Amino acid sequence: MHMISKDVQVDIHARNDHVAEHVHEYLTARGIFTVNVMGAPGAGKTTTLEHLIKLLPGKSYVVEGDIESDIDTERLRKQKISASQINTFGACHLDAPLLHNAVHTLEFAVPGILFVENVGNLVCPAEFSIGEDIKLLQVCVTDGSDKPYKYPLAFEKADVILLSKIDLLPYVDFDEEFFLQGLRHLNPEAPFFKVDGKTGGGYDQVAAWLAHRARSVTEPKG
Amino acid sequence: MHEGPVTEEIIRIACEAAAAQQGRVTAISLVVGEDSGFIGESIQMYFDVMSEGTVCEGAVLHLEGVKPKLRCTRCGQLFYRRPFSFSCPLCGGEGRPTEIGKEFYVKNVELEVPD
Repeated sequence: MHMISKDVQVDIHARNDHVAEHVHEYLTARGIFTVNVMGAPGAGKTTTLEHLIKLLPGKSYVVEGDIESDIDTERLRKQKISASQINTFGACHLDAPLLHNAVHTLEFAVPGILFVENVGNLVCPAEFSIGEDIKLLQVCVTDGSDKPYKYPLAFEKADVILLSKIDLLPYVDFDEEFFLQGLRHLNPEAPFFKVDGKTGGGYDQVAAWLAHRARSVTEPKG
Repeated sequence: MHEGPVTEEIIRIACEAAAAQQGRVTAISLVVGEDSGFIGESIQMYFDVMSEGTVCEGAVLHLEGVKPKLRCTRCGQLFYRRPFSFSCPLCGGEGRPTEIGKEFYVKNVELEVPD
């Protein structure tokens, strides 16, 4: 026996990213624009989906990611929304192979927008590509205004950012200027919207932005 | 569970490197940026359990950390971020994130191979 040293230089995310590319190609070929929905537990992600899906002009699909249970999926199905469940049984985020298995069980009869609601968590979902077109980050005012400073990667990677539960602003110490300052340092370009899940306020603008952004995939030319 | 799936992938990458030489892995060098979202010590804990029964069993993990750096949009200086601040220590300009500190890869493996 003897010892050798071998250079490897392999990115640990490489295999996940390869599957993510395949998922993205599969969905794009079917006219499906995919939104990876990220946010802490209780930020109001499912409520956001309910509002957006009502407002969007085309077909929407949902994949719900949770450690356990199918509470959110059942909630959406009761509203006649096409929803499917992934349970990670302990894992704190969705990865590309999990979404790969889920999308192959879904029938995408017509083009539209697929919302993938990631496991409620401000850390890990930002680290894994799942084959999405965009990442939507939702933060609520009760999460606190220091979140961009404490969880920079999620803010840096987001393509659109929603601040929810703004009806609670008078009751909590949320320093909006401090929040936006951190957000803009990390991500100067992502559109930012304020929404109120109780009344649905602000979601019309998000839906309009999303429909416009998705058009190149859902209505490809030629 | 956070480091579990990535540790599994690290073991897979190292086992693949060893298989080509019909060898056994004695050490793995990992580069883990502080903004990669993964903690080297936690990977070590999972590694000891998950590598059991593989050619990586008993291997030592060498962890190389990388501190994240921001780049100043005004003067271009690369600098380390201070808590709750993104300001450049030289000119006070705004710092933007870079890829420095997000590294997460298997750099090298040490193998014991047959003569």
